[in-house]
Amino acid sequence: MADTPPPNPDQPTPANTEIGVDRWVSEADERRDRGGLGGRIQRIWGGLPPSGKLALLTPAIFLPFLPLSEATIYNYGLFILIYALLALGLNVVVGFAGLLDLGYVAFFGFGAYAYAFLSGTHHEKGHEYTHHWSAQYSILTAVVLCAVLGLFLGSSSRRLLGDYLAIVTLFFGQAFVVFTNSADPYGITNGSNGLGNIDPLHFSAFGVHLTVSSTRGYYWFLFGCVVLVLIIVHLLSESRTGRAWKASREDPLAAELMGMPVNRLKIMAFSFGAAIAGLAGSVFAAAQTGAFPQNFGTQVLILIYAVVILGGTGSLTGMLAGATAIIVSFQVLDSTSPPNNARTLFYLGLIVGVAALFRKSRLKMAVAVVSTIALGFAVHAIAEAVWPRGTSGSVTSGGYLTGAIKDWVLLPTHANRLAIYGYLALIVLVVVIVQLKGWWRVAVVPPTLVLTAFVWENLLIQQPAVTRYVLFGVLLIALMATRPQGLFGTAKVEIV
Amino acid sequence: MASTSRQVLGNLAGLGVLLAIWVVYAVYFSPTQGWTFFFQLTVNGIILGSIYALIALGYSLVYGILKLLNFAHGDVYMIGSFIGFGVLTLLGGPLSPAIPVALLVLCMFVAAMLGSGVLGLAIERFAYRPLRDAPRIAPLISALGVAFFLENSVLLLFGADYRNYDGYDLISYNGIHLGGEAGVFVSYLGVLVISGALLLMVALIALVRWSRFGKAMRAVSFDREAAAMMGIDPDRVIAITFLVGSALGGAAGVMFGLVYSQIYYLIGFLAGLKGFTAAVVGGIGSIPGAMLGGLLVGLVESWAKGYLNGNVADLVVFGILIGVMLLRPSGLLGTPALQKV
Repeated sequence: MADTPPPNPDQPTPANTEIGVDRWVSEADERRDRGGLGGRIQRIWGGLPPSGKLALLTPAIFLPFLPLSEATIYNYGLFILIYALLALGLNVVVGFAGLLDLGYVAFFGFGAYAYAFLSGTHHEKGHEYTHHWSAQYSILTAVVLCAVLGLFLGSSSRRLLGDYLAIVTLFFGQAFVVFTNSADPYGITNGSNGLGNIDPLHFSAFGVHLTVSSTRGYYWFLFGCVVLVLIIVHLLSESRTGRAWKASREDPLAAELMGMPVNRLKIMAFSFGAAIAGLAGSVFAAAQTGAFPQNFGTQVLILIYAVVILGGTGSLTGMLAGATAIIVSFQVLDSTSPPNNARTLFYLGLIVGVAALFRKSRLKMAVAVVSTIALGFAVHAIAEAVWPRGTSGSVTSGGYLTGAIKDWVLLPTHANRLAIYGYLALIVLVVVIVQLKGWWRVAVVPPTLVLTAFVWENLLIQQPAVTRYVLFGVLLIALMATRPQGLFGTAKVEIV
Repeated sequence: MASTSRQVLGNLAGLGVLLAIWVVYAVYFSPTQGWTFFFQLTVNGIILGSIYALIALGYSLVYGILKLLNFAHGDVYMIGSFIGFGVLTLLGGPLSPAIPVALLVLCMFVAAMLGSGVLGLAIERFAYRPLRDAPRIAPLISALGVAFFLENSVLLLFGADYRNYDGYDLISYNGIHLGGEAGVFVSYLGVLVISGALLLMVALIALVRWSRFGKAMRAVSFDREAAAMMGIDPDRVIAITFLVGSALGGAAGVMFGLVYSQIYYLIGFLAGLKGFTAAVVGGIGSIPGAMLGGLLVGLVESWAKGYLNGNVADLVVFGILIGVMLLRPSGLLGTPALQKV
């Protein structure tokens, strides 16, 4: 055949490509590169050495020196660190090894109960348990026990496919809650009352005694733990084992054929994650001087998953960023914090959502925003004329926003039932928006936003504790549908 | 094929031996309680089991076609239960129904099945369809989000209070006494639940086995791509599968409300777990397996509640699940999965 096809100028000449290198795959990084400021930040961040990234954490050491109340440091600082720790552990299981562990929170609880049992006094059901071990021994024991428990649970994953593993571990988590709540015959866990009489962290070795008792002290201790775990996990992820984990996540069969002990790797990841959860649990129990069954329920599990997913499974930076973002928004949405913060956060989230929805066209965004504002005032004016009850309600802790809300959102008195219908209608509208395209979408967005504000002001803000969980549920769904790799994860290159 | 059916027979024989040992143990070694108590628990277990079987069918159908664990199914069941309660309240409540009771109960079932079915459709469309080609872990996390969203939405809208169906007030406190006045009691409500569940299961089997849609469903379940090449729209088949499975879940929710009266926003979690256990014990993806599994889980739970106590009952059910998964991962009636490369 002398007739060779003419060389295509777009195709690389064979001299440019090395043998055995898939160009499309090798250029994945360049394709992924974003332009603009975001892309530049990402590039600079990617270029930093690991120690440089770690050094960026140092400002966090100084947080306790700021003039903040104990409660603020506890609610924000301690919780962020504990969830960062938990997320780092779960990241090993889910992010590196790709095992969906829904019983993870049980290890957290197990660590907490182990610490509480080993360093505290309890009288229950005629049994008295008095152990006042030094913290280094009880934390170590808790961590080792969790690792062993993880080994046992993980060995069930040997025969289980991904989904089955998820459900078995979910059962394990549930069984833990049932057990601690009521089914324990020896009173070790003291049922639903939990264990309250716990020592603070008290280290004593070679005649040196050190007791951590203040919130700030716990903050620093936890900070040290996070840095330590961060370094360990980082080294681990770069090691042979870490690479093997990722390989067996991507394709267990191929990994097996390359001679990797896939089962043993899975169990290792499981057990390692469990140990970190145990560490987090024992420090958590000491910090809140108690371990209670409700601390280790499904809601906590969802929170940890939200952190890992938002941060981006597999990314260590992502875990810290995710923990910060999730815990801050979680606490801000809480009832005990000033409600206007919750409100600001909510509307900010709404604005970000609209911006993401219309990121392709500024014109549509402008039209949607302007008509939303206009529609709010119009509805309000009409209601004022024909339905006085509709505007005579009061704003729930409005602060400086009271006036704006009062003029723009309908606030009926006795709005309960209306708000419920509004909520249901809102779900339908959101469903519709996702289906619509182009200008139709622009047409439906303003009424949806006005309705959202209505539901928020009349229903959601009054039950912040529930609302935040609803929002996290939505966040998980939306993230999975739009950006499953999270904030700091990298989109995978699919090789077909 | 021959080896599979032999394995299924072996499983069933093993199950029979275990059950026989249990019956002997339960009756001869707890003489204070005797046969009547045992059979009463068994009847209760069958009622509970038919509810679990309906839930399990929802899991099994979806798993069979998508190889996906629909974590949100338990909450679809819970919503079905609430819809039934809403219809009951709208039409006058259990004590003074506005329309004939039979019609009212029918309305509750129809509304709950429709509502749950549409909800299932929506969940499929939003939480699962965008993730069809994503890694396997993605739809599971999305499902977790859906479950959480549904639970907390109901908590937000209707509060944490228990709602009372008062099914016995609505239908009847009477029932059939088997073996005399002191014998085993089966309420008419229980009869209604068992026969309703049977009816739905027969309808489902007929749908899957004989209808055009059933044929399409089996084809998609067998090989989605090949089915698409033959002119079947897999997305449509999957959507309808979700509709059917969720509708069964909704019916189970109403049945649960009628028999156990109290519903609240968290009933979906445990019921979902147990329905899933049932599906796995029977062999996930297999329709008769889901029924058998549901029955077994109901029986075990009822016996454990009678001879041990309520909290331990859950642990026993969980223990059975873990045991079955470790020893017979493909379930009693399921076929061992061959991994295609």
